[in-house]
Amino acid sequence: MEPILECRDLTKKYGSKYALYNLNLSLERGQIVGLLGPNGSGKTTLIKLANSLLHPTGGQILINRTEPGIETKKVVSYLPDRNYLGRHMRVDEITAYYNTFYDNFSMERAAKMMDALDIDRRARLSSLSKGTLEKVQLILVMSREAKLYILDEPIGGVDPAARDYILQTILTNYNENATVLISTHLISDIENVLDHVVFLQEGQLVLSESVDEIRTQHGKSVDTLFREVFKC
Amino acid sequence: MPWELDNDRPIYLQLMERIQHDIISGVYKPGDKIPSVRDLALDAAVNPNTMQKALSELERSGLLYSQRTSGRFITDDEKLLKKMKMDLASEHIHQFFEQMHHLGFSDDETLEMIQDVLRREQYGTDS
Repeated sequence: MEPILECRDLTKKYGSKYALYNLNLSLERGQIVGLLGPNGSGKTTLIKLANSLLHPTGGQILINRTEPGIETKKVVSYLPDRNYLGRHMRVDEITAYYNTFYDNFSMERAAKMMDALDIDRRARLSSLSKGTLEKVQLILVMSREAKLYILDEPIGGVDPAARDYILQTILTNYNENATVLISTHLISDIENVLDHVVFLQEGQLVLSESVDEIRTQHGKSVDTLFREVFKC
Repeated sequence: MPWELDNDRPIYLQLMERIQHDIISGVYKPGDKIPSVRDLALDAAVNPNTMQKALSELERSGLLYSQRTSGRFITDDEKLLKKMKMDLASEHIHQFFEQMHHLGFSDDETLEMIQDVLRREQYGTDS
């Protein structure tokens, strides 16, 4: 089957600095993929290129065989690494807004997750704690029936119990043909739910392998391998 | 509760061992239907593809069989189950002796110590 995301010699320069350099990468459908790398390795740049928030300096990035744009936004559900919602809105308002905006949004799924996490629908976003706001954003993103979910640091700000629920949410809601790309530093927390990991360093691919392959070959966890590869 | 998994060995292998263990210890009975891949994956808090791989491997070993429309079942081949149990037991015994070797005890010494411990336990319960 065609990969859901493909990079061919993908290059992005900011001024004279390369954020990504000749990156070749392809992600299969139906997988949960960890996008890992130290700070400044190009993870968020790659994610922004995939969402057409940035444009390549060279090379190509394709989603579902198409360059990122209006068409790909229909099939990509994206969680940015910062708050992007109107702070003045209430939780139920933003949910209705998403429902209007996206054809593939499921009110039912959103309601179920909000109940499970005890989120007050009448609360204004500006009144929510950082962790609760992150939960709301993730719920909105995971309530869409997408082909590719791109989650930039989805679990950084929430407590360990909510983290478990969120991982469970990701496991429950993605379907077998969808791919979830998760960028995070909390490797050991998500290692068991990943199929595949991608290591980036200074804008280049260091490794792209399945979790069990890494454990078989190296006899160690992805977390340990990461600490060795990127030792400071 | 997520299943407890080591982080230095392949996940699918550990899932296989866990399910094997559950079958041998009677959590699942011969001929029982096992939960779906998705439910098992959620229960274990692992990726469904990994669970799928573990179940396929168990199917290959004959411990599970699948019926196209109704799901996966535990084998009712008692001989196979018994063999699996014996294999697992002898694996445990080998590991134990190996650890005793590391501590510097010969097989004979180890055996003697085991008998000692058993005798003392019996004596303890008798009195």
